[in-house]
Amino acid sequence: MTRLRTLWRHYRRNVTAVIGLSILGLVVVMAISAPLVFPADPWEIVSRPFTWPFQSWAYPLGTDALGRNVAAGIFHGARVSLLIGIVATIAALFVGVIVGAFAGFYGGLIDDVLMRFTEIFQTIPSFIFIFVVVAIFAPSVEIIVLAIAIVSWPPITRLVRGEFIALRGRDFIQGCIAIGMSDMRIIFVQALPNAMAPVIVTASVMVALAILAESGLAFLGLGDPNVMSWGTMIGAGRQVLRQAWYLTAIPGIAILLTVLSLNLIGDGLNDALNPRLRGRQ
Amino acid sequence: MIPVILGIIIFNFLLLHMAPGDAVDVIAGEAGAGDAAYVAKLRAEYGLDQPLIVQLGRYVLQVLQFDLGHSFRQNMPVSELILDRLPATLLLMLVALAMSFLLGLTLGVVAAWRVRTMTDNVISVVALLSYATPTFWIGLMLILLFSVTLGWLPTTGMESIGAGYTGLERIVDIGRHLLLPAVTLSLFYMAIYTRLMRASMLEVYGQDYVRTAQAKGLADSRVAFKHVLRNAMLPVVTMAGIQVGSLLGGSVLVETVFGWPGLGRLAYDAVFQRDFNLLLGVLLLSSVLVVAANLIVDLLYAALDPRIEFK
Repeated sequence: MTRLRTLWRHYRRNVTAVIGLSILGLVVVMAISAPLVFPADPWEIVSRPFTWPFQSWAYPLGTDALGRNVAAGIFHGARVSLLIGIVATIAALFVGVIVGAFAGFYGGLIDDVLMRFTEIFQTIPSFIFIFVVVAIFAPSVEIIVLAIAIVSWPPITRLVRGEFIALRGRDFIQGCIAIGMSDMRIIFVQALPNAMAPVIVTASVMVALAILAESGLAFLGLGDPNVMSWGTMIGAGRQVLRQAWYLTAIPGIAILLTVLSLNLIGDGLNDALNPRLRGRQ
Repeated sequence: MIPVILGIIIFNFLLLHMAPGDAVDVIAGEAGAGDAAYVAKLRAEYGLDQPLIVQLGRYVLQVLQFDLGHSFRQNMPVSELILDRLPATLLLMLVALAMSFLLGLTLGVVAAWRVRTMTDNVISVVALLSYATPTFWIGLMLILLFSVTLGWLPTTGMESIGAGYTGLERIVDIGRHLLLPAVTLSLFYMAIYTRLMRASMLEVYGQDYVRTAQAKGLADSRVAFKHVLRNAMLPVVTMAGIQVGSLLGGSVLVETVFGWPGLGRLAYDAVFQRDFNLLLGVLLLSSVLVVAANLIVDLLYAALDPRIEFK
C-alpha cells in the first residue's frame, strides 16, 4: 500500500501522465456506462440517416449512413476496444512472464530452446499473422484476443528474461537457493515482484497496440460482426467519406485519444517506477 | 536463423492444416461434385491422405524449392502471384522507411539539441500524436484533405491507368500516387525514431568521450556528426530492423486504403475469396522478408560500429 502511495506521489507530479490517466478514466466511464446511457442495440436504426453532429440533442454526434446513433456506437465501441486490449494483454503477460522467467532463471539449454521459440513468434509479422488467423478461423472476439495475444508476448519474455538474468546473481536469490527454497517459490515469490516494474510499463503500451490492431482488423472487415467496434465504424464511414466525413473522423479521434492516453500513462509509469529518472523534471 | 525459418514453415503448415476445408474440398466444391469416391481419389492424388508428419515433410521440401502451392481461385501458382505483387509493396515500404528514418532522425536530433525548449515540446507532441494515430485513419483523413477537398493528389492505384505515360512522366505519375500512402505508412515509425533518437542523443552527449572531444577543442559540428550521431544511431537502426515486420503489417492497411496493388492488397482479397494457400504464402514470404531485413541490419551495424565483427 505504501509502495502504491509512493508511486502515485511520483506519478502525479507528471502533468502529461495525469492528463493521460484522466482521458483513460473517461473512456472507462464510457465503456461501463454504455448499456445504461444507450440501452438500445448500437446497430439499431434510430433516426434518419446523415444527421450531422451537434444538430440534434438526441443524437449529439449525429447518425450514420443507415440512421444509427454515432454516440451509442462510440460508447459501445469503448467497451469492445478496452475489453480486447486488456484481455489480450493479460494473456500475453501470462505467457511472456512465465517463458521469460524460466529462460532467465535456468539459462543454458532451457534458455536456448525457449528463446528460439520466442524468436519464431517475434519474426512473424504480427499484424499479418493476426489478420491470417482471424481470416482462417471465424472473426469473433475470442479469436481476435487469442491472435493478438499470440503475437504480443515475445517482448515481455525478453524483458523478464533480462531482469531474471540480472536477479539470478543477486545475493538474496543466491541466499534463497542456499537455504533450499524450491525453484518455483524463488521464481514467483522472490524474483518476480522485483522484475515487474518494466513489465507494467510495457503492459500499458501493449494495451494501446492491441487496441490499434483490433481497430485495423475491424476496419478491414474482420471484426466480430456481433459487436460495435470503432474500426468497424471507420470502415463503414469510409464508404461515404465524401458526403459525411464526420463518420470517419469521430471514431478515429476516439481511437487516437484512447491510445494516446495509454501511451502517456506508460511514460508516466516509466518515470515514476524508475528511481534513476525521478526528479528529472 | 535456419531454425527460425524452419519453425516458421512448420507453424505455417499447422495453420494451413487447421484451416477449415483443404484444397480438395475447394476443388470438389468448385466442380460441384460431392461424390465420396472422387474426393477420396483426389485426396490420395494430392497426398492429403498421408500421415501428418509425411505431409509436413513434403510441405517443407516444397517451400524450400519456393513452391508455395496453388491458388485455386486464381488458378495460378501462389509464388507467381506473390512475386508479381512484391515490387509494389517493397517500393511503398522502402520509401516509407526512408521517409520515417530521415524525418525521425532529424526531428530527434533537433529535439535533443534544443532540449527542454518550445521546439523540443512541439516535436514531442507531434511524435506522441503520430504514435497514437491509427494508420488507416490518417490515410483516410489525408485522402479527404489532399484528394477530395484540394484535389491535388490521386486517391487510388499506383499509376494512372490508360494514360500511357512513359519514361520520366511515368515516374512522376507513380510518385504522385505514392506520396500519400508512403506518408501515411511512415508517420507511426517517424514518431518512434524521433523519440528514440532524442533519448539516444541525450544519452550519448552525456558520455565521457564526448566531453573529451569537446575538451580537446573539436568543432561542435564535428563532435555532433562524428562522435554523437554515429553512436546515437545504433538503437534507431536496431529498431528499424525489428520493425520491418510491423511495416509489412501496416502496408496491408495502407494498401487497402489507397488501392495500392501490393502484397497487402493481395492478402486482403485472398481473405474474402477464402484462398488460404495464397494467404499463408503471403504470411510465409513476409516472415522471410523479416529474416532478410534482420540480416541487413546486422551488416549495417558492423558498418556503423567497427567494434562489432562477424563471427
